[in-house]
Amino acid sequence: MDPILLAVQTLNGLQLGVLLFLVAAGLTLVFGIMDFINLAHGVQYMIGAYFAATFTAVTGSFLLGAALALPAAVLVGVALERVVFRHFYGRDHLDQVLATFGVIFFLTELVRVIWGPTPLSFPVPAWASHSVTLFGGATYPAYRLFIIGGGLAVAAGLYALVARTRFGMLVRAGASNPRMLQALGTDIKRLFLLVFALGAMLAGFAGLMAGPILSVEPSMGDNLLILAFVVIVIGGLGSIQGAFLGALLVGLVDTLGRSFLTDAVKLVLPASAAVDVGPALSSMLIYVLMAAVLIVSPTGLLPAKGATR
Amino acid sequence: MKRTVLAAALMAGLALPAGAQDLRIGLMSTLTGPQAVTGQHLRDGFMLGVEHAGGKLGGLETKVTIVDDQLKPDVAVQEVEGLLKRDNVNIVAGVVYSNILMAVYKPVVESDAFLISANAGPAPVAGNRCSENFFNTSWQNDQTHGAVGKHVSDSGIKKVFLLAPNYQAGKDGLTGFKRHFKGEVVDEVYTKLGQLDFSAEIAKIQSAKPDAVYTFMPGGMGVNLVKQYAQAGLKDKIPLFSAFTVDETTLPATEDAGLGLFSASIWTPDLDNVANKRFVEDFRKKNGYVPSYFAAQAYDAARLIDAAVRQAGGVKDKAKLRAALRQAKFDSVRGAFAFNKNHFPVSDFYLVEAAKLPDGAPAMLKRKLVFEKYADDYAGECPMKW
Amino acid sequence: MSADTLSAPPRAVRFRGALLPLALFALLAVVPFVAGALGQPFYVSLFTRIMIFAVAALALDLVLGYGGMVSLGHAAYMGVGAYAIGILSFHGVDSGWLQWPLGIGAAALAALVIGALSLRTRGVYFIMITLAFAQMLYYTANALSTYGGDDGMTLWGRSSFSGLVKLSDARTFYWIVFAVLALSYLGLRRVVASKFGRVLRGCKENERRMAAIGYNTALYKLAAFVLSGALAGLSGVLLANHTEFVSPAYMSWVRSGDLIVMVVIGGLGTLHGPIAGAVLVLVLEEVLSKLTQHWWLIFGPLIVLTVWRAKGGVVRLFGGRA
Repeated sequence: MDPILLAVQTLNGLQLGVLLFLVAAGLTLVFGIMDFINLAHGVQYMIGAYFAATFTAVTGSFLLGAALALPAAVLVGVALERVVFRHFYGRDHLDQVLATFGVIFFLTELVRVIWGPTPLSFPVPAWASHSVTLFGGATYPAYRLFIIGGGLAVAAGLYALVARTRFGMLVRAGASNPRMLQALGTDIKRLFLLVFALGAMLAGFAGLMAGPILSVEPSMGDNLLILAFVVIVIGGLGSIQGAFLGALLVGLVDTLGRSFLTDAVKLVLPASAAVDVGPALSSMLIYVLMAAVLIVSPTGLLPAKGATR
Repeated sequence: MKRTVLAAALMAGLALPAGAQDLRIGLMSTLTGPQAVTGQHLRDGFMLGVEHAGGKLGGLETKVTIVDDQLKPDVAVQEVEGLLKRDNVNIVAGVVYSNILMAVYKPVVESDAFLISANAGPAPVAGNRCSENFFNTSWQNDQTHGAVGKHVSDSGIKKVFLLAPNYQAGKDGLTGFKRHFKGEVVDEVYTKLGQLDFSAEIAKIQSAKPDAVYTFMPGGMGVNLVKQYAQAGLKDKIPLFSAFTVDETTLPATEDAGLGLFSASIWTPDLDNVANKRFVEDFRKKNGYVPSYFAAQAYDAARLIDAAVRQAGGVKDKAKLRAALRQAKFDSVRGAFAFNKNHFPVSDFYLVEAAKLPDGAPAMLKRKLVFEKYADDYAGECPMKW
Repeated sequence: MSADTLSAPPRAVRFRGALLPLALFALLAVVPFVAGALGQPFYVSLFTRIMIFAVAALALDLVLGYGGMVSLGHAAYMGVGAYAIGILSFHGVDSGWLQWPLGIGAAALAALVIGALSLRTRGVYFIMITLAFAQMLYYTANALSTYGGDDGMTLWGRSSFSGLVKLSDARTFYWIVFAVLALSYLGLRRVVASKFGRVLRGCKENERRMAAIGYNTALYKLAAFVLSGALAGLSGVLLANHTEFVSPAYMSWVRSGDLIVMVVIGGLGTLHGPIAGAVLVLVLEEVLSKLTQHWWLIFGPLIVLTVWRAKGGVVRLFGGRA
């Protein structure tokens, strides 16, 4: 196996993992604290990308566009929480799944009406559009390194926030025993709103980071949402560390599977059959991973302590 | 409440009494979901064709019922049942995707109506499953791939890397390419349908060091690939050829990353003929965007229906209408238009390049002729004679 | 929480409870006549499709409403049933005597394997693991290039039953699907009223207690899961015969989500609720999509409102309970 290819693919896996973590972190936070399944989280990611693309086009600057898109994405998230989601706290998970499913339908179509069904243009900022030469002469897009860096920085910041601050203490307490927290007199409604805003911001951030490399279109959140759920289930619901671990695992397994699985299958099966079997296997690899993790450890790898859900 | 809904549903059916001399067309397109943009092009193209006939195709009062297949085969079957049994359409036209066409093919060709595909052209319906009630105004799926394959071969490229989504059209597409490409295939990679990130594949390409890459990545997947390919700095090092990947539906999103890439097509907005000039000009004026081949082929479908119904003197006599459709006496936006014996057109295929129109809008523009009067490879399997 | 485990409902309520299912079936029974009178055979086909989805929704209600297992992969069993028909027909086996039992059996087998592995988990983990297995089946179907891959494959004829009944006749097929739906409904009524059904509901309320009393709860849940999978497989058999086409799209996770929408909107754990849900969702889809291309703008909020306001589904609005 080519070591340079392996290294580049590992970098690619890391980049996908970081992106997944940004989406999954918000999802798992909201679930951990509020016991709320928000399927519309993927739509919030999509809206982040749309805002960033639009504001970047208007201002002509990626950083300025991003700076405007982030609060706008948070605003949409907060509005959703106020108008729809808060009615579903404490309800059956099934009701939450359905209600947020309805929100997905609505917002996806609304975006299609406002921006049209054609994918949006969102170029990579000029200062990161070049490729960096790595070890052994391999090149790697600078913007992807920027994503890895930015994502890891946010992960570190999030960890500090959760592990070191009073807000983080409440978050951790809420994840393991929300009822106790309420009994102790915490303003749970305010905490919920804050956590929700934080989740919306993370999703929006992921969207604006992903916009320049992915196609900005109404359905861009759907695929990612499923992946993000796979991530938090593998990691253990409600756990930030679990989400981080799960995201890197999924990113690496998916990327490395896509690059090497078909060749590996060719060692066992004739080439004609391998061309059929290999891609099918690599498509389902992360689901196999998730099923395997859950069969061995039915609450994921690092479940939040005390969570019995 | 349920009963009111049901009543409303029944009323909707009753609202269309079948007139004596009118033409009823069902237009099936993909209007919701991720691929809605292609369906929009197709619909707008067809409706412009109807408009250019003054709302009267073949001189008959024309009622077009537009239905959305949602890119779900069973929904498509249900919608087509509605068109055939409720709206009593004479013709079902449109259909963007092959899996949808395969699903609605049997119910329509076994009914009293004609099926006219304005885009999808899967192999079975061009070959042994061809039907006297089915026509196609685009191409057989393999042809565009074959045209790119021939061009790549002709330009002296020896080693190519092939990349397509892991689904039937992807596999067929690469097979079509290989049929006319004479060099060596260094690797053939199939990705997950709907894949977002192509970094793994791009790294593989870099490591395989081919002379060129050929890909088929429709819709958003293509946008992702083209952007990421350019960002990896490969666009100028290893030429990227494609089919159904870079076109007027995706160029607004890829912009500079897509410019300069080559593909093949039977039609471009800059083809020099009277019918095409009128089509492109009026289409842009009416819809505010540059039409793609989806729109052009659908426009041709409407023009074909217009000419054939006029020639047959109505839709009453199915045999007469079929004979008129076969003759296809209309001014196609692609220039000359003629059907092969399997009811697929025999068209010229051009090498096309993503470039800018005089006013700066990105579009696929004609560069040179690759195949003249290219008949598809399945026509021989079609037992139909006329 | 379902009230029926606590005490038997009063007579009046029980009567009203029986009224709604009766009305539903009566409505479905007059469709062919109304359609015939109006000269609109299309509605026979539309309601055939609706009843096929109602069978699948019924199947899902058994695990979802009574067993408390949220399966986000039930479309996969429909798909397995449909593919069994498609593959057999591809190889020239048209006999329904063979096709139907094999289709149901294959779906039951898939449900047995998936259920046995998935039931180790619960809650959201269960949702995701059932989704994972459904996705694996989905990608497998996509890779079956002999059988059309993702293009799907056309059935060049419906199942044949030694010339006894002709499924190709739209009305005959309607009545067969109607009979399947009615028998499934009545059968499941008996199942949920039996000891098996009571244990299943007990597991939903408090599994630990049921286990402490001495029930092998895992076995009960697995049995329900397999029964449900088999019934979903049957609906897939019907769907393949109805559309005369099979495709991996039948197994997509969105389709599994649609089934959950039907069950919850109609009324979880009522059996007739999912039937009402299937009618409501599919009729709405048909009417709204004719109204505007952007019908999701209406449909989305409708789902949110129904879940928010009509707790327990629309059939509860009529005051009825199973």
